[in-house]
Amino acid sequence: MNSSITPYPPVLEIENLSISYNDGVAHRRVVHDVSFRIEPGEVVALVGESGSGKTTTAQSIIGLLSANGRIEGGNIKLNGTDISRWSDRQLDTVRGAKISLVPQDPASSLNPVKTIGAQVGEILRIHGAASGRDVEPQVISLLERVGLSEPALRARQYPHELSGGMRQRVLIAIAIALKPQLIIADEPTSALDVTVQKRILDLIDELRTEYGTSVLLVTHDLGVAADRADRLVVLQGGRIQELGATKVVLAAPRSAYTRQLIVDAPSFSAVARKAPATAREKPVPSDDDVVIVEGLVQDFVRSDGDGKSFRAVDGLSFRVRRGTTHSIVGESGSGKTTTIRAIVGFQKPTAGSIEIDGTDLSQLRGETLRQFRRKIQLVYQNPYGSLDPRQAVFDIVAEPLLNFGRLARPAREEKVRAILNRVGLPEAALSRRPHALSGGQRQRVAIARALVLDPDVVVLDEAVSALDVTVQARILDLLDELQRDLGLTYLFVSHDLAVVRQISDTISVLKDGRLVDGGTVEDVFERPGSDYTRELINAIPGQKRAALV
Amino acid sequence: MTTFDTVHDDIIAPGRGHGAGRRLSLPLLIRRLPPGLALSWLVLAIAFLWAVAPSLFTSYNPLEGVGGEQLRRPDASHLLGTDALGRDLYARIVYGAVHSLTGAFVAVALGLVIGTGLGVVAGSVRRRVDDAIMRLVDVLLSIPPLLLSLSIIILLGFGTVNAAIAVGLTSVAGFARLARSEVVRVRRSDYVEAAFGSGGTFTSVLRRHVLPNSLTSVLAIAALHFGSAVLQISTLGFLGYGAPPPTPEWGLLIAEGRNYISTAWWLTTAPGVIVVLVVLAANRVSQSFGKVPA
Amino acid sequence: MSGYLLNRLGQALFVLWAAFTISFVLLQAMPGDAVLIKFQNPELGLNPQQIADIRASYAADSAIWVQYLQTIGRFLTGNFGYSVQAGVPVSTMLAAHLPATLKLASLGFILAAVFAVAIAFVSSLTPFAWLRGAIQSVPSLFISIPTFWLGIMLIQIFSFRLKLVPVINPGPWQELILPVITLAVPIAAPLAQVLVRNIDDVLTRPFVAVARAKGATRHWVLWRHVAKNALLPTLTIAGVLFGELIAGAVVTETVFGLNGIGGLTERAVGSQDAAVLQAIVVLSALAFVIINLIVDLLFPVLDPRLRTKAGATA
Repeated sequence: MNSSITPYPPVLEIENLSISYNDGVAHRRVVHDVSFRIEPGEVVALVGESGSGKTTTAQSIIGLLSANGRIEGGNIKLNGTDISRWSDRQLDTVRGAKISLVPQDPASSLNPVKTIGAQVGEILRIHGAASGRDVEPQVISLLERVGLSEPALRARQYPHELSGGMRQRVLIAIAIALKPQLIIADEPTSALDVTVQKRILDLIDELRTEYGTSVLLVTHDLGVAADRADRLVVLQGGRIQELGATKVVLAAPRSAYTRQLIVDAPSFSAVARKAPATAREKPVPSDDDVVIVEGLVQDFVRSDGDGKSFRAVDGLSFRVRRGTTHSIVGESGSGKTTTIRAIVGFQKPTAGSIEIDGTDLSQLRGETLRQFRRKIQLVYQNPYGSLDPRQAVFDIVAEPLLNFGRLARPAREEKVRAILNRVGLPEAALSRRPHALSGGQRQRVAIARALVLDPDVVVLDEAVSALDVTVQARILDLLDELQRDLGLTYLFVSHDLAVVRQISDTISVLKDGRLVDGGTVEDVFERPGSDYTRELINAIPGQKRAALV
Repeated sequence: MTTFDTVHDDIIAPGRGHGAGRRLSLPLLIRRLPPGLALSWLVLAIAFLWAVAPSLFTSYNPLEGVGGEQLRRPDASHLLGTDALGRDLYARIVYGAVHSLTGAFVAVALGLVIGTGLGVVAGSVRRRVDDAIMRLVDVLLSIPPLLLSLSIIILLGFGTVNAAIAVGLTSVAGFARLARSEVVRVRRSDYVEAAFGSGGTFTSVLRRHVLPNSLTSVLAIAALHFGSAVLQISTLGFLGYGAPPPTPEWGLLIAEGRNYISTAWWLTTAPGVIVVLVVLAANRVSQSFGKVPA
Repeated sequence: MSGYLLNRLGQALFVLWAAFTISFVLLQAMPGDAVLIKFQNPELGLNPQQIADIRASYAADSAIWVQYLQTIGRFLTGNFGYSVQAGVPVSTMLAAHLPATLKLASLGFILAAVFAVAIAFVSSLTPFAWLRGAIQSVPSLFISIPTFWLGIMLIQIFSFRLKLVPVINPGPWQELILPVITLAVPIAAPLAQVLVRNIDDVLTRPFVAVARAKGATRHWVLWRHVAKNALLPTLTIAGVLFGELIAGAVVTETVFGLNGIGGLTERAVGSQDAAVLQAIVVLSALAFVIINLIVDLLFPVLDPRLRTKAGATA
């Protein structure tokens, strides 16, 4: 750990790096005077939210800035040699051999029309590490090393035949093939499920120890950084806010921004964000269940045309009390989205019943279903897709009122203004189109649209997952405030257990369409009823810090 | 505390939307216009004015030649020279604009209205009607456009309007297919589902969300089709199926010039260059109308 | 797979039948028929009774649905009827004119493919932005040029000005140089546009960055990763290109006076010879359907994603 006194030069030393992008009009600087170093065998995390310049910085190290990007100043020294002004031809000798990359999205990072074996073997061929018949055995041993079962079979398969976690293992195999000195891992797990995420990060850790490779871990997740990195570099708006040993930064952050990040990171706050429903000023009556789901089954016909159906949700039952938050937790494919789509009435269940505020959904059709929609509203995951790009904010929020046409124009305008004010949007936003708003502002608009009809239940489908942590924290605050003031019932769908823990009263854990665990937050987190729940809880990043502090 | 991210976002927001919320003033818009695009608009504007008020641009008569002025090379008095009957070529091109442009306009309007109508219906109604319409579209697409328009011309007879109809009908299938795929794409979006979720009826959602969002790219394609319609109509004119002589339609001008190809180069060159310029301009303008899907 | 094949074949047959029907309706319902145009000519001195007899011999006076069924029957046996103008079987005419068009079309298509690939790949390899822009604007220029005018300009420049290609008594290959170039341009344009767009699109995909991060050069990445991914989708415009090829052949053969199917089409329209035109329409639809069938069946062979369906989960 006392890397500063090692006699070797740092593997990577970045000095006063500035980078700009040409946006067609002018060069806009996005990285300003960034300096840090990585010692041999060390893991340094580059932490920041979107727009912080973390990915740009990482791309510049490996010489892969997009065509309109350019290094304005500073040095990038690899083993003491400045490579920041090297030509592509020179960099080709370094890329893959000395510095390698583990990319963000395993789904699109492998060539879909080449076999896994060809793509792993390619790096050996490019650098002349193997040729002809020697390639295949090396490829297979690499695939085996990263923990893929049946490596010989995998080598013959194409990327689409592998799962996301398997593909990321392949990409790691490529990155370690030539035992580079530095691996740049750019958000290596953000596209993966939490349990897979933990296994992949463990693998990177293990390989690093084995080969003595340094790692630059680029991440938005302070929890991941805290667990895995020796040192942290906190970036905001292209500038370094804080730099230092992980323990020191987390224990005694010097910059206000880092402090804000730590407070907002859900994985760090073991305590609930909100008071439990029972301890509020207006205690919730214990027998008033506003959502009742009994034996819900949802089958889909497979799209590959053999007529067989596939069961997405299998016998799910739960109840939600008025004024509380119930979370549905699960990884991709667990059936959580299917469940809520049935609850809001977008698809008919195959079997089972759903009752919202005393109304049985199965009886509703046409106009009665339309009238029912006033009671329950959905907020989508992606605020970029759920708002019509051609409507102004005012029209978006006013539309539900028009649909039910009960208010005269002045009253309607007043109501829209009030609700936008309520969700914390400035008056100036009224006439803007969604593209002129940030992600957090868009999600506020979506929430306002959901609330304008005074619904009983609001369904939040991964509604904060796409947002930066500081923005996410503000939206969660807002949701909490609205619940207290308006007595709303939330059905919160998420893969993120850290967030769920903070805001829920009760939880249902889903796996492969079945309920594997359910109950109050304390029950599920303190006394998990299944191995799967335990695995999910253990996979929450940031636990190392919880142990430290 | 709830205003934090609003403040925080505003720091980031300038990178996302330039001049968001404010309307660009016209002079500013013109100054921001790329030179190629400005030139394209200029070309189209001039062609349009030729069609509307040709007499403003030339004092020569396009149909009656002047004796002794036959086959003059381009010079100061005859900008683009004269033809075998002593008619001023520039005047013929200017007066021909109305034939080529209205032809193209009629063709595009026909294809746009019928095709988009079919596509929107196919994209928004039940499966069976959709299937029927799209099968019909498949069939229309299987006949090469030129052969289809030739068949229609045989049916309707030669002439400017008939040529325009023939060209227009060949683009119906393309418009229908595009409009349908756009409607289907928009219908699958979250914001359309959200509109139903907030109590929207079928017609209100179609009117407020589906049509405005899906027709943008259809209109961009219509501009592109305008260029290709000018080309197709001039082709029919060249083959002799369009306007009869002595109408100065552009394709026909080139066909007539062919007989003097070894002696009077300007008779074929000049009208062709005009056609290329107009088509290029129309294509450039349509590109600027937004991302044109493949 | 066999179910898919049968379904696809059924669709193809339906399209063919419908194309036949549409062309029949368009061409047989026309007001002035070819028999009248040819035989009403007073110089022939035929009386109305003789004309009626001739009409009967061409079955031009039987009920429309009888004609329809008869025509279908004939087409199925490869008999496309008689050309009223030429007085010979349409199939004989087609056979006589087809070789010239096949030669022109195949050469034109090959040249177009070479043009398009050269434009697309050279533009993405060039290090200079201005050169790249210039090369990439070539397809938009190509697409805006009327084919017939291009042919005329080529004759004017190469035959009359530069005197490189003789107009009178050219050799069998000399005769083809300018027509092939003329035909290649309108086909190269959409092909190059699609290719350029695909290459640009593939270059932004993360797997290209991963390949570059392996230390691969720009050339290596372009040939081994981008090329196949960018070329695959161009197969989908094969049908559109075929349409361009037909249109190009009609215009090119007319301009250069070549004796192929295109020239035949032009003369058939001029003399309202419906039988000839209908045969050409139906045969083009057949070719179009076959091309698309081949493309659809070829895709799973070339693209591994379409070969196997279910993926592993782990």
